[in-house]
Amino acid sequence: MSALDRPPVVKPRPVYLNLLAIRQPLPAIVSILHRISGALLFLIGIPVLLWGVQRSLASPETFAQWKGAVANPLAKLVLLALAWAFLHHLLAGLRHLVMDLHIGLDLASARRSAAIALVLGLLLTAIVAVRLW
Amino acid sequence: MVNEPDVFAGSAHYGWRDWLSQRVTAAIMLLYTLLILAVVLWHGGVDHDAWKALFAHGAFKLASFLFMMALLFHAWVGVRNIAMDYIKPTGVRLAFQVAVICVLIAYAGWTIQVLWGGA
Repeated sequence: MSALDRPPVVKPRPVYLNLLAIRQPLPAIVSILHRISGALLFLIGIPVLLWGVQRSLASPETFAQWKGAVANPLAKLVLLALAWAFLHHLLAGLRHLVMDLHIGLDLASARRSAAIALVLGLLLTAIVAVRLW
Repeated sequence: MVNEPDVFAGSAHYGWRDWLSQRVTAAIMLLYTLLILAVVLWHGGVDHDAWKALFAHGAFKLASFLFMMALLFHAWVGVRNIAMDYIKPTGVRLAFQVAVICVLIAYAGWTIQVLWGGA
């Protein structure tokens, strides 16, 4: 039986890719987290930063209040999320800058640097968590 | 003879401009972050007096302002890219971008209040 005797394999077209069903490669995960962390920093990070600097500068009392607010568990959680967003965004951005210099462009290196950015971001966030608690 | 197209792909060059500005603003923010980190580590943490004295310096005010302007510009390029990728209806995207611009201008005003408000 030759290949010509078999019926042709007909795949349904067009193919709709379900992004949620596909297992994303590591660089893709780091990339989408770069976006999500950036959006978080824009929406929540900037106002928290400005508010924090404003309150901490206003008077010794508001400076202490701000430090006290940081003692609130919910506030700590928000600050920790922002710390992660900042660290991940910074590291993923540095990875971009290095790759712009044509360093580590092959697949293996790109996967390795993506892993480093992801893990280092989480590790530094853990250090911040230890310092906050 | 090959007819040259009237419009070349990417002839607006804003892609290149965004790419460059995103990196220049990132570098400014990185330098400022390292500066803050160095100051805090140098003092071994800051109390209110040291913090206030730091922000009383004119040069530090300017550096902080430069950081915030770099941040707001960086945020604009990033958020606009997100909008262009995910918000397909032109009207909705336009409204979103106008809202983002308003927020960025408000952030800039707030920054000036914090740095030069003298509160």
